[in-house]
Amino acid sequence: MRARYAYALAIIIGIAIVVCFFLDEIRTVSVLSFSLRYAVPLILAAMVGIVCERSGVINIGIEGQMLMSAFAGFFGAAVTGNLILGTLIGIGTGMIMGAFLATGAVTWKMDQIIAGTVINILAVGLTSFFYVQGQVLPGNTPIVAIPLLSDIPLAGPVLFNNGLFTYAAVAIPLILWVLLFKTRWGLRTRAVGEKPSAADTSGVGVDPMRFWNVTIAGALAGMAGAYLAIEAAGTFERGFTAGRGFTALAIMIFGAWNPIGALAAAFFFGLTQGLASQLQADEVIAIPQQFINMLPYVLTIVLLAVVSGRIKPPSAVGRPYEKD
Amino acid sequence: MAADEREVLLQATGLTKRFPGVVANEDVSLTLRKGEILALLGENGAGKSTLVKMIYGLYAPDEGEIRIKGEAVRLAGPRDAIKRGIGMVHQHFQLVPVFTVAENIVLGDEPLRWPFVNMKSARAEVARLSEEYGLKVDVDAHVEDLPVGTQQRVEILKALYRRADILILDEPTAVLTPQETDDLLRVMRGFADSGVGVIFITHKLREVLAVADTIEVLRGGKWVGTTVPAETSQEGLAQMMVGRGVLLQVDKRAAQPQEVILDVQGLTVTDDLGLPAVRDVSLQVRAGEILGIAGVEGNGQRELVQALTGLRRCSATTVTVNGQDILNKSPHDIHALGVGHVPEDREKDGLVGPYSVADNLVLDRFAEPEFASRGVRDRKAIDALSTNLVQQFDIRTPGITTTVQSLSGGNKQKIVIARELAANPVALIAAQPTRGVDVGSIEFIHSQIVGARDRGAAVLLVSAELDEILGLSDRVAVMYDGRLVDVLDIAVADRARVGRLMAGGSKDA
Amino acid sequence: MSTTDPARTDLGFTDPDPRRGGPLDRLPAIVIPVVSVLLAFAIGGILIWLQGVNPFQAYYVLFSNALGTTEGLLRVMQKSTPLILTGLAVTVGLRAGLFNIGAQGQLLVAALGTAWAGYNFQMPMVLHIPVALVFGMLCGAAWASIAGALRAYRSVSEVITTIMLNSIAIALVDYLASEPFKEPDQPLTRTPEIAPTAMLPTFGIVPSGFLIAIVVAIVFGWLLSRTTQGFRFNTVGLNPSAARYAGISVKGTILLAMAVSGALAGMGGAIETLGVTGRFEPAFNAGLGFDGITIALLARANPIATIPAAILIGTLRSGAAALQFQTGIEPEVVDVILAITLLLVSAPIVARLLFRKRNIKQTQVTQGWGS
Repeated sequence: MRARYAYALAIIIGIAIVVCFFLDEIRTVSVLSFSLRYAVPLILAAMVGIVCERSGVINIGIEGQMLMSAFAGFFGAAVTGNLILGTLIGIGTGMIMGAFLATGAVTWKMDQIIAGTVINILAVGLTSFFYVQGQVLPGNTPIVAIPLLSDIPLAGPVLFNNGLFTYAAVAIPLILWVLLFKTRWGLRTRAVGEKPSAADTSGVGVDPMRFWNVTIAGALAGMAGAYLAIEAAGTFERGFTAGRGFTALAIMIFGAWNPIGALAAAFFFGLTQGLASQLQADEVIAIPQQFINMLPYVLTIVLLAVVSGRIKPPSAVGRPYEKD
Repeated sequence: MAADEREVLLQATGLTKRFPGVVANEDVSLTLRKGEILALLGENGAGKSTLVKMIYGLYAPDEGEIRIKGEAVRLAGPRDAIKRGIGMVHQHFQLVPVFTVAENIVLGDEPLRWPFVNMKSARAEVARLSEEYGLKVDVDAHVEDLPVGTQQRVEILKALYRRADILILDEPTAVLTPQETDDLLRVMRGFADSGVGVIFITHKLREVLAVADTIEVLRGGKWVGTTVPAETSQEGLAQMMVGRGVLLQVDKRAAQPQEVILDVQGLTVTDDLGLPAVRDVSLQVRAGEILGIAGVEGNGQRELVQALTGLRRCSATTVTVNGQDILNKSPHDIHALGVGHVPEDREKDGLVGPYSVADNLVLDRFAEPEFASRGVRDRKAIDALSTNLVQQFDIRTPGITTTVQSLSGGNKQKIVIARELAANPVALIAAQPTRGVDVGSIEFIHSQIVGARDRGAAVLLVSAELDEILGLSDRVAVMYDGRLVDVLDIAVADRARVGRLMAGGSKDA
Repeated sequence: MSTTDPARTDLGFTDPDPRRGGPLDRLPAIVIPVVSVLLAFAIGGILIWLQGVNPFQAYYVLFSNALGTTEGLLRVMQKSTPLILTGLAVTVGLRAGLFNIGAQGQLLVAALGTAWAGYNFQMPMVLHIPVALVFGMLCGAAWASIAGALRAYRSVSEVITTIMLNSIAIALVDYLASEPFKEPDQPLTRTPEIAPTAMLPTFGIVPSGFLIAIVVAIVFGWLLSRTTQGFRFNTVGLNPSAARYAGISVKGTILLAMAVSGALAGMGGAIETLGVTGRFEPAFNAGLGFDGITIALLARANPIATIPAAILIGTLRSGAAALQFQTGIEPEVVDVILAITLLLVSAPIVARLLFRKRNIKQTQVTQGWGS
């Protein structure tokens, strides 16, 4: 039932976009491109949440994981003078932070919320402590236009004329959906997140599964952080992630723990941002930026209040697995 | 004996498993042969589950050896056990509720069409197995939508799918009707005939005598003996289980029923999913009598008790205690009218584990003027009452400040009973009062319930143990599918008749 | 199956019966936090050493500046005050089985509300201070009650909602302080200064807010261990089913606990406004709410123990500025030390080191997102 509303909404938005495109091509493309850029880190970060929670581990440390990765990615690129190396350092840092959460939440069976909070506080501390002023990146990331596809009106300039991270952010949710719902890894991951004792007695190791999923999800957080510092901003500031890790949690919930749902939700919130700033720039109406920023959180609370009980997180999420 | 000729599938020698504070198994050995049904018999807490969990790789034994088909093994986990042909049907089903039957069955051993799970072949294989063994299931149904009996079939199919030749069934009949139980016993016999070795865990003597080839009895974590059905009887087995003669019969005088205390007319209750669980139930319990409610678990007894104690909303024409309306009153108000409640799940509903014995003994009365003035708790009064009750109800605890979670099941239950009876209730609603309780405490608890009756309380007893119902009740009501199918006087309520009613048979049959 | 999930019911640090346990039983309860803090200092020291500064000297600078001078002590007391209160806010929630990680948002909303009441109202001091204080507390309580109500009536995890409400609060107060409540003719995003009648007085070098916080902590220690209301909180926190059975309104207790928790966090923001900043400013005490989590867990959810835990962290925060000034070490080293402290008090590492036991039950505060 919920899906039906979501489809209807998607179709209405789609039609509206096409109509806008015929009315004002330049503005429509610019709003959509802005939306996508806004959505990229959120999509990647929401995937972190989905992989972790589908395995039964709450990750509220996404914010800190991204911050650490953005920091390491930026300074890695600045020091080595190589953007690719910097990106890899960012992704590696994300994985280390993933392994950190996994060690706390899975191996030590710590309270998962606390483990995530530790990451968030630690990231603020470490990135500020080691912060050095005046570093610059060796260059910009390339924009890769895909031949032919980028010539399609509307879709071409928006979707097929982007940086590599953007392509990854659109492709990863689709791949993750297939992985989760069609492969052995997905079946086992969902079993571990829904009823770990059933997985265990079926011969699926719960803790190893959780540990590696959380660690690998960290790589996605690393990608999101590296995108922010290297492709989107080209710099690093303290508190750089500005709550995106928490927005990603909202998007994960909004997408009902489904990668494609989260992709759509992230794009939807991106669209509200893009639209609002365009309207403001055109001096049509001025909605204070703060209210646009609040929107994902407010809507998530409203959604949870309205559909509570019908949209459910994986049953075992948040509970360390103990035999018996 | 002929059995000795058959191939030994499993041999466990000298298994010992310790948990902090308890030795769950001490030097236990058993041998399982091809085609044999081995019953593992013992009371709750005798160590049956621990033993099979070691065999299934869920626990590592501290001492001893397990040999599977002659080869000594160290099982690192269920995966190892499964690889060696061990299958297990768990007491609490290990199925993923949101998965389909087919997904559940193949989980952990999925057919692949790389890189995807080959669901088509999975479904076909499950359908084939289901056909072959006569275990009917819909492969595409979601497990959460299936009744327990069917879920159990899924569990058995899961083991068969993994080609288990050693099949362990842990208390499989606890959730079944007598008729379903008989079907299951037949299916087990079929497995044995096809060469599978079956380990059947139970504490029900009748089933053991009906189906087992060999009976191993455990008591207090230790092996006490091996026997075969031909050489023993229910009494003999019971004696082995508890280590002394047991009063299967409760010693009590005939009831002296007085006026009606609990009056329920037209009670209807829905379960958590909003489905009707109790349908139009009417009953009356008089002062000085025990009305027992028999029935297979899940036929509405839980919801009935919850409705009567204020824990669940319901609709009815009348629900009164002593003429006072208690329909949809709060648990506190109902309690205040003199209704004591021994909840089915004492750990969840009846006790706060990290609290002291004393705090648990006043749990429902902590705010009453006796134990608190102006919002400040009166420790002295609480302690005085607790010291008293600990003696009176023979609660074995180091002290009244000991946390309840550190006590045994029997002592925990005595705390609940003590608290409920201390208030001298006019009505007592006791659900599964002796579940998970040692034999000594069972006798004590039974005598307390009869004592309450003799002091004039109206007692409503709900139990899944038919022996308990038949032993304690003055009248027996049978619940099936949310209805009270019949109410019998204890004089005419025999096992066969009640069992038939429990299975949904009509009262005239 | 025993459906009581020990993960939920036994926080491992609730001690409703104050007489339970002898000194030996109590030893680990104190030892683990202390050892955790010492280890965290050691790791922080390594970081400082990596920056080419002698860690002993750095810590000497930090503590002597914080505790060695009157101004230093004043600042420590000022810094500790909101920490005691946010620590209490988290503690009260934990006792009732709620993990309020939204103390940050509640504090922000309350600080702004207090500032508004401080500059907007005109009344004598005896009235103005309590009015502004209570107004702020009500703001915090109201903000937390959104999460409380959703938890009680819709079974929505308070962890999710308080995360969301934190982010909403940050945006909301930023908007309010930059538009409707902005100080006129000023480039900065901040409210006007509060009236002098609303300023909290200082007794000698002791700020009255600090005294209030200590009294509140002691009162809550008593409330939770000795009163029937405290018993309700503890029972709901340890076993909501048994609480219902015992005639306690679980929904009512959740609502009340969340409101009280929010009011305490709000009090922290209110005192900070009335006693220290004198107005609402952007980036108002970022992180106080999260420090509250560290403090509550360091104090093992014991209200009285939040006092020393908060003073310790207040001292670190207060001395960090001098650390930067005199040694060039970034003050955020304190965040690193606190993150490690939080990790050590809630992970089994220290217990394993000390007792060489493998199976040590973990402090489980939450039970996932689900209902």
